Amino acid sequence: MILGNLVAALRARLEALGGTVTSAVWRLGFAARFLAYLVMHSGTAFRRFRLTTAEIYFAGVLSLIIILVSGLFVGMVLALQGYTTLQRYGAAESLGVLVALSLVRELGPVVAGLLFASRAGSAITAEIGLMKTTEQLSAMEMMAVDPIARVVAPRFWGGVISMPLLAALFSAMGVFGGYLIGVQLIGVDAGAFWSQMQAAVDLREDILNGVIKSVVFGIAVTWISVFEGYDAPPTAEGVSRATTRTVVTSSLAILALDFILTALMFTGGNGK
Amino acid sequence: MQQSPIVEIEHVSFGYDASRPVLRDVSVSIPRGSVVGIMGQSGCGKTTLLRIIAAAYRPSAGRARVLGALTTELDREGLFAMRRRMGMLFQFGALFTDLSVYENVAFPLREHARLPEELLHDLVMMKLQAVGLRGAAHLMPTELSGGMARRVALARCIALDPQLILYDEPFTGLDPISFGVIVRLIRNLNDSLGATSIIVTHDVQEALGVVDYVYFMAAGKVIAQGRPEEVRASGEPFVNQFVNGRPDGPVPFHYPAPQYGADLELAA
Repeated sequence: MILGNLVAALRARLEALGGTVTSAVWRLGFAARFLAYLVMHSGTAFRRFRLTTAEIYFAGVLSLIIILVSGLFVGMVLALQGYTTLQRYGAAESLGVLVALSLVRELGPVVAGLLFASRAGSAITAEIGLMKTTEQLSAMEMMAVDPIARVVAPRFWGGVISMPLLAALFSAMGVFGGYLIGVQLIGVDAGAFWSQMQAAVDLREDILNGVIKSVVFGIAVTWISVFEGYDAPPTAEGVSRATTRTVVTSSLAILALDFILTALMFTGGNGK
Repeated sequence: MQQSPIVEIEHVSFGYDASRPVLRDVSVSIPRGSVVGIMGQSGCGKTTLLRIIAAAYRPSAGRARVLGALTTELDREGLFAMRRRMGMLFQFGALFTDLSVYENVAFPLREHARLPEELLHDLVMMKLQAVGLRGAAHLMPTELSGGMARRVALARCIALDPQLILYDEPFTGLDPISFGVIVRLIRNLNDSLGATSIIVTHDVQEALGVVDYVYFMAAGKVIAQGRPEEVRASGEPFVNQFVNGRPDGPVPFHYPAPQYGADLELAA
């Protein structure tokens, strides 16, 4: 009897777990099909590039303030922290290298991606979700206009184009912040700061890899954002949950992808 | 020779899932040039029927022939080609909130026709003039009242001169003046465009004044039909209750419940 109850309880747990996993896999599959459909119906977004430009403005240009200010502060903090540590080993002139490599390889794409997810990703989800809730997407469908081609694709490409640019600006601003603190405030030699940076930072090894990261994050964040918005239940609660999910899922996706990309780029095959 | 009906629904059944049928063996025929009402209580399946006509849903049984084509046989291209010939007015207008009134009306024209900007401007202004809102062209949808938004949506819905116009609860939440305006516009636009209109609504009295023919639905079935005067005089108990808005009748006032006394724990 007791054994029977135990088996039944275990079975219920197992079934619940199975249900969760199946629905997660199902959703992932749905999201993948959604992405495939979106990419195949992206003609409008490029033929009428003005639609995409407007979204680059919303996702990219309007995110500039938060990206630039954050980049500046991150660079300034890096310089402060880096200086105290480097100085112990008498390597304070390498401050420029430390700041630049940290930003270009890691912090630029990752922090810019996280900021992009919370600033632009959430806005994309909320906008598409609300358009669905207020039947704007159905209305479009009834006017024989495909909402994925007309509404979703321009937002997707707008985000994918904006993200690497934002990450690059974040890094540039961070290097400038590092220069302000390191050279102007602390007094590290400006020549050493810049020339060591120039010598140590490799175009392919560091910058290109950083750009690849930011492109991957851009695709991941914008994909999650448009999908969550399009898939949101058409209620106020549904849209608010979808918006939260966008930020949480995107952030986790960025960190997980960053680990994978770093493992592939900076450890494999090059003897480091 | 009599023209074939523009919409022909034959023995259509539909359910969002198999256990709960929303439509059961519905047959409706809509002649060209008419204004037809589909009436019934909330949840009786009338909006679902409208979506079947718009080919947003596919019937699980039966056939829907709309504008000369069987909706079940259309591929995506064919479906979009058919929808270019019909317009649909949503319950709350569903205007694009990021576009101005002018751009909302211009939207279907921009998407489907490559017109020079001057011609487009003239067309949009003509559509807005028809609904009396030419002066509101520069406003954003958030700046409009409910009635105005509905009229803009109507202008957008007739932008491509549709042959078939579908109205989903067009009167919901309107004040008496806006109400009267919409009712008149539906009739006038239908007749001047030579279109056919289908109105799904539960505002019976007002709608009966504008339609040529009416179908009554209850629990997913067509239970009565006829011309407005026939319906008003109908002896069918449900239609009578519905048309006259009586609180009790075949549709009971009380939701099914156990004995009142038992709920109040009164001794028998």
